Amino acid sequence: MVKHLFNMRSFSLKAQFILVLFICLTVNSSAQDKVKVYAKFKTFEAEHLQQLDTNKTYVINFWATWCVPCVKELPYFEALQNKYKDKDVEILLVSLDLVSQMESKLIPFIKKNKLNTQVVLLTDGQVNNWIDLIDPSWSGAIPATLVIKGGQRIFYEKQYHSLAELEKDVINI
Amino acid sequence: MKFMIYGALIALLTITTSFVISETDENEGYKIGDVATDFSLKGIDDKMHALSDFKEAKGFIVIFTCNHCPYAKMYEDRIIALQSEFEPKGYPVIAINPNDPKAMPSDSFKNMKKRAKEKSFNFHYLFDDGQKIYPQYGATKTPHVFLLDKERVVKYIGAIDDNARDAGAVKERFLANAINALMDGKEINPKVTKAIGCSIKSK
Repeated sequence: MVKHLFNMRSFSLKAQFILVLFICLTVNSSAQDKVKVYAKFKTFEAEHLQQLDTNKTYVINFWATWCVPCVKELPYFEALQNKYKDKDVEILLVSLDLVSQMESKLIPFIKKNKLNTQVVLLTDGQVNNWIDLIDPSWSGAIPATLVIKGGQRIFYEKQYHSLAELEKDVINI
Repeated sequence: MKFMIYGALIALLTITTSFVISETDENEGYKIGDVATDFSLKGIDDKMHALSDFKEAKGFIVIFTCNHCPYAKMYEDRIIALQSEFEPKGYPVIAINPNDPKAMPSDSFKNMKKRAKEKSFNFHYLFDDGQKIYPQYGATKTPHVFLLDKERVVKYIGAIDDNARDAGAVKERFLANAINALMDGKEINPKVTKAIGCSIKSK
């Protein structure tokens, strides 16, 4: 009986999980038309850099629509997202665009390029206070990518030129 | 005998240390206290300029910047203001475009002249043709500041101030504070700061 109850509960949990997953996938299948804005680095840090699942790989790319090399490497992050979305890999594109250009540049960019990868906007202007918290070796140049895997952080200040190059740095580590 | 062994050990340690330091310098550019290289680069006035040409200078505000980068553009007016404020005090702004126009056509020498005219640049704007200078300094992005004293000793590295996006919201003018401290013979604090910028473009 107890076992049966347990199964029922786990079944209902599973169903809920599948439902949530389904909703998430439905939402994700079209490009974002809203972008979450973080005016304070602390909030961004709390939501995206702390208390992470140690079984997952988190790939956090810093970019902007005006940054030519960033835009050039975006397709490899999209490809990474499509290839590994079911494999405990979470990719986040952190835009450093101006908040005043969110509606005029960032969101149209996301729609035009049909980005499936999650985009957030970090607008904390006190940059000198948070660059080192991403990685002390970061000079502040973008593109830049932070990988967090099993509690370990690896930082790359560079531009990617292929999916294979990106996989080498973030998956096969 | 014991003394000799200690001597040899110290010598060995010194050699090892200096080797490590010089290797790091080569990879990462200048640190505070290093002596920066002089250069001879063409300016938008079509003349060659070297730091040694500035006979009256008490120091130099070397800023790697460019035409295309939005973060560089956000600082154009503030760089103009820095030149107005500090050039009369002996600290001229020497702006250097480190980008390869083959990788970023809008950063060509011709476009440097165009941008300078549009914005009425009051400072020297030089072109790192062949990209020989910025790697020695260890500039990685635009804008990227190196404050040098009269002997070209690096005194401050980093950002112009603490808010690129909003000049009105600036709380700390890092660079101006550093120059004022240098002029007053006071300790510069902070000596190194960071900011978001556009990576330097190479082919």
